[in-house]
Amino acid sequence: MILTRRALVGAATASAGVLLAGCDKIIQHPAARKILFMGEDMNKGLQRALTNRDALAPEFTPAQMSPIFRSNGTRNPGTPAYTALLADNFADYRLQVGGLVARPLSIALPQLRQMPQRSQITRHDCVEGWSAIGKWRGPTLGRILKAAGMRPDARYIVFTCADLYRGTPYYESIDLIDAFHPQTILAWALNDRVLDVAHGAPVRLRVERQLGYKHAKYVMRVDAVASLAGIGKGKGGYWEDNVDYDWYAGI
Amino acid sequence: MTTDTRHVIKRHAVVTRVWHWVTAITMFIMIGSGVGILKAHPRFYWGRYGANFDSAWTTLDQWPGWVVTGLNLITIPVRYNLAISRRWHLLFALVLSFALLGFMIVSLVNRHFQRDLRVKAADLAPHAVAHDVREHLAFRFHDSARPGAYNILQKLSYVVTIFVLIPLMIFTGLAMSPNMDAAWPWLLEIFGGRQSARSIHFIAASGLVLFIIAHLALVILAGAWNEVRSMITGRWRVPEDAA
Repeated sequence: MILTRRALVGAATASAGVLLAGCDKIIQHPAARKILFMGEDMNKGLQRALTNRDALAPEFTPAQMSPIFRSNGTRNPGTPAYTALLADNFADYRLQVGGLVARPLSIALPQLRQMPQRSQITRHDCVEGWSAIGKWRGPTLGRILKAAGMRPDARYIVFTCADLYRGTPYYESIDLIDAFHPQTILAWALNDRVLDVAHGAPVRLRVERQLGYKHAKYVMRVDAVASLAGIGKGKGGYWEDNVDYDWYAGI
Repeated sequence: MTTDTRHVIKRHAVVTRVWHWVTAITMFIMIGSGVGILKAHPRFYWGRYGANFDSAWTTLDQWPGWVVTGLNLITIPVRYNLAISRRWHLLFALVLSFALLGFMIVSLVNRHFQRDLRVKAADLAPHAVAHDVREHLAFRFHDSARPGAYNILQKLSYVVTIFVLIPLMIFTGLAMSPNMDAAWPWLLEIFGGRQSARSIHFIAASGLVLFIIAHLALVILAGAWNEVRSMITGRWRVPEDAA
């Protein structure tokens, strides 16, 4: 009896160890990795199928805001080009809107601030697990894209940023469902103050139904594209390309 | 082993057995990958928001060394990789959820829940519970009149796991999804905000770990091979103490 028990405890512990090591081993196999990575499309498909695609992210009252809104990722791009823009208080900054659009745009900050604005107090959720609630202000991305005139073959919007990772600009992308969502804005103010460098000055994306790494900071270019292939390593973003983060960060 | 003349009964339906093992493997992956995700921000808060400048009710550096060592031993993947932990966690979350849903439907239809897990008021009378606690301490787990039936502590632990802890894991998990919060804002209402949901997710996960430890210990004490076999083949030999 005792032997049986010992054997079983031993076998259970050993199989747990094998299973753990196996989890790491198995996903080095391309087919297993493919199955593991199917979870992203399954979650995206289920969420898009079962929930309202136009649903608004919860908005909060000023009393519910975080006392300190933590910054993350790049705190200052620090490149000569960015430093020069910053020294001049972004007077020479132009947001370039291009790609598959009828009328490419070049928008200065004062123009951006004169467009109809949306203010929203929303929760920012980092992939790491923390959340911060803050008030963002800026024109909707949809309005800017409409002004530029999207071509019918456009499927994604790509954001190219001023900060460099491994020598290339940070970039992110979203699909048209999120691009034209009423809460998707290009924010230039946080908590009623002009956006500071740590939080993405002069302009950052807010895409409120996805995790923080999708909210590109220091946005320099917005491009409509038909496919993400050929951009970066083709997975739609810096983290997606380099460390296997999900492109769909709605969960 | 003596020649066995003891009674063998059919104990677990095939759906129960399949669900048990699917969930056992899934739990193992969910706990391991969940620990991996926890390590990305090992601080817990109550309320809607919570980050490094906000006050946490618990953080990993307050936990005893043996807990941290234990967590390190079960992390998936072994080397910290948030993206891969999330890939495991979010794929197997679907397996866990839909397996539970299927098991619940079948168990209502085949009356497994009503027959075996229904907790009656009389079961919860203090003397009945006290009696069962004494029986456990004496390592007697079966009622000789009905050896196939679950005792009250066992029933309660299964009911809490199946109807409280695992559903709590699923719904607090969904409440952490920014897209689900937009679609189903009631998720935030019932848990009191995303960071509260994350804390409850962690507490319920700790409850599941305690259940698994107790479950494994009792399987061993009740006769490991007989119990494991019954969950594989469905056939369970009535133990001597209950025969």
